[in-house]
Amino acid sequence: MLDLMTANAAAAKAAMLARVEVIAAYPITPQTSISEKLAEMCANNELRAKYIKVESEHSAMAALIGASFIGARTFTATSSQGLALMHEMLFWAAGARRPIVMPVVSRALGPPWNIWTDHMDVMGERDTGWLQFFCENNQETLDMILMAYRIAEDRDIMLPAMVIEDGFILSHTFEKVDVPAIEEVDFYLHPFNPDVKVNLNKPRRYGSLVMPDWAMEFRYNNALAMERAKKKVVEAGTAFKKAFGRDYGGLLEEYRCEDAEVALVIVGSAAGTAKVSADRMRERGKKVGVLKLRAFRPFPSDELLAVGKRVGTIGVFDRSYTYGQGGAIFGEVRNALFPLAGQVRTKGYIGGLGGRDVTENDFEKIFEDLLAISSGGKAGKEIEWVALKDGSLRW
Amino acid sequence: METYRDLPQSTYTLQTTESVRTGTWRTLRPVIDQSKCVRCYACWKFCPDLSIEVHEEGDYPKVDYDHCKGCGICSNECPKQAIQMVREESVCSI
Amino acid sequence: MPKFTLPKEEYISKGHSGCAGCGATLLARHVLKGLGPRTIINAPACCWSVVQGVWPRAALKVPVIDHAFECTGAVSSGIRAALDIKGIEDVTVVGFAGDGGTVDIGLQALSGAIDRRTDFIYVMYDNEAYMNTGIQRSGCTPLYAWTNTTPGGSSCACNESPKKRIMEMLIENGISYGATVSIAYPEDIVAKVKKAKNIRGTKFIHALSSCPPGWKISPAKSVEVARLATQTGVFPLYEYEDGAFAMSKDIKSRPVEDYLMVQGRYKHLTKEMIAEIQRAVDAGYEALKAKCGKGAGSAV
Repeated sequence: MLDLMTANAAAAKAAMLARVEVIAAYPITPQTSISEKLAEMCANNELRAKYIKVESEHSAMAALIGASFIGARTFTATSSQGLALMHEMLFWAAGARRPIVMPVVSRALGPPWNIWTDHMDVMGERDTGWLQFFCENNQETLDMILMAYRIAEDRDIMLPAMVIEDGFILSHTFEKVDVPAIEEVDFYLHPFNPDVKVNLNKPRRYGSLVMPDWAMEFRYNNALAMERAKKKVVEAGTAFKKAFGRDYGGLLEEYRCEDAEVALVIVGSAAGTAKVSADRMRERGKKVGVLKLRAFRPFPSDELLAVGKRVGTIGVFDRSYTYGQGGAIFGEVRNALFPLAGQVRTKGYIGGLGGRDVTENDFEKIFEDLLAISSGGKAGKEIEWVALKDGSLRW
Repeated sequence: METYRDLPQSTYTLQTTESVRTGTWRTLRPVIDQSKCVRCYACWKFCPDLSIEVHEEGDYPKVDYDHCKGCGICSNECPKQAIQMVREESVCSI
Repeated sequence: MPKFTLPKEEYISKGHSGCAGCGATLLARHVLKGLGPRTIINAPACCWSVVQGVWPRAALKVPVIDHAFECTGAVSSGIRAALDIKGIEDVTVVGFAGDGGTVDIGLQALSGAIDRRTDFIYVMYDNEAYMNTGIQRSGCTPLYAWTNTTPGGSSCACNESPKKRIMEMLIENGISYGATVSIAYPEDIVAKVKKAKNIRGTKFIHALSSCPPGWKISPAKSVEVARLATQTGVFPLYEYEDGAFAMSKDIKSRPVEDYLMVQGRYKHLTKEMIAEIQRAVDAGYEALKAKCGKGAGSAV
């Protein structure tokens, strides 16, 4: 059913459609309206769930770990400071293999206080073992939450998943969203029935103290689960297309890359802007494409390598900075493309931090820059900050 | 348990600790003198290691030397001084 | 005729890794005798992370969910919410945590759970310091007690702050039942947890749990020292329910010195310090008795 809604409303709708059973709610801008919408749904019996009004985000994640061990489908949402506060428990949720699904409305961390979109919050959690999916628009936000439950709860995966929607750009902007009927979702998403959950007839200790002689092997199994998730992301997407008609292309969406000379790797809402710029460049005869990563965890290294064999210059746009080698995605893309070192040229662009708008003009300049590199020009800086107020007239 | 393939998904336990012989920890062992024992079962009540066994009401308590850590609570609590703590080296090893 | 004064069933295994004379394991043994098998425990980082043993073995015969230090109140709320949504009504949810994990780092989550009136029993085993990490001061460390972070010296005495009045704080927070228990009185433990099990809302059990290495006592004296705490009025046994207090055992009959001076952690106390502690204990005991009235609702 077509409706007009923000990504936050879409996320709440998705939780309702997924028939989540235990919700932990704590407010933080720009996530808050997800929690409010769910409170309304629970109060009106639109959603039959237990709504725990926790007293912090750390407690939100802790409560859901407990609930998940009983076998309940769980949901919470957060941003920025809240995500950072949960940090300790994110490791716990993934290590304990609890398939919690959590929209993260991306927002910069302070200081200074900044409530606008930035990926530093989610990139700060990339080592936790959580699946991480980025959404381009409100429709994808709703759809990805449904897919996330299917992927996360698969008995061979059993890892928690973050579904990332950009703060304010998506969370507070109304877009057309096709909301599936709950009966259709019931076919796509079966009730949560984990193998590993508390059983009063077979009492176990969940957590334990593992000595160094076996600790690595447990960690290895979690790494294998993340690897297996790659296939599962594709499978969940194929099944989603069959059930609801929308195809997102799996781990990585190639936009106009078939014959591209240069391509830009990007995540989130800015991917939409980059696609518009790519269209404009194409109208002018320039062969550019956009590589929209949908999954950052698991990281689609094989898919990137395959593109790298065809496209000679690959740029990476990061809405985060690691204080190491540029943005978080840049480092991992270069790592994936390393077998093609010498054949493929790469460059990293940092932009849109703290909610700074990234425009079509910015992307056109990026594509021009990549095309210049592609035709043998010098790369100049390896990592460039886009539209930085540095006194130059570059942007 | 040979390889990572044999591990359970997530770190949950597979058995109780009963097979761990904590009796090897002790340096003193309790010895119950039945002639003094009045079967009040204080020793059974206060043993943190469940190492004083009484199967049925009326039985005399017995020490489980496989698990007894030799803390001495039983000896200290016995109202009839029926339990002595003796050095482990003075008896045959288990 | 010889009789058991406690239920016979054991829900804890031999072979656990508790220290010789560990008060907390004795406490868990008796708490579970009172609660039975339809119990789910959740425990934070504390002695119990280690006492339960090493994977793949576990010491408790009920399900246990381990978690991080701060979260006992929150995880308990989550477990209860999931049981509720699944329609499972006959399971007791228990948060089992040490004093540090309750009154310091765990206070926020516990306060939140009480505020939400989460239906569970919170058992705080109070060994009066962070013992698992090797005896450091916590909010429950009593005045003048030695710990490794309050070792005293030329510039200050050992632990110059009094024990946090956690029961009073949580009563104001809104617990539906509160009780102090001690490993020296196992029948009292069993009776109180049985009672707590049938009350709705958050029930808080404050258990005095002696720690031979931390209190610097012989393991053999573990129960005796806990008994002395009650006999000297340092740790009175009482209950709180619905605004009313009831004394469980009005047996204060010995000077605090009898309790303090058998513990190495107090061996540095001067006469003045002991007198100060005696005055505080006397005043506290009288205030408690005044609150207790006619002793209605006593469990024992």
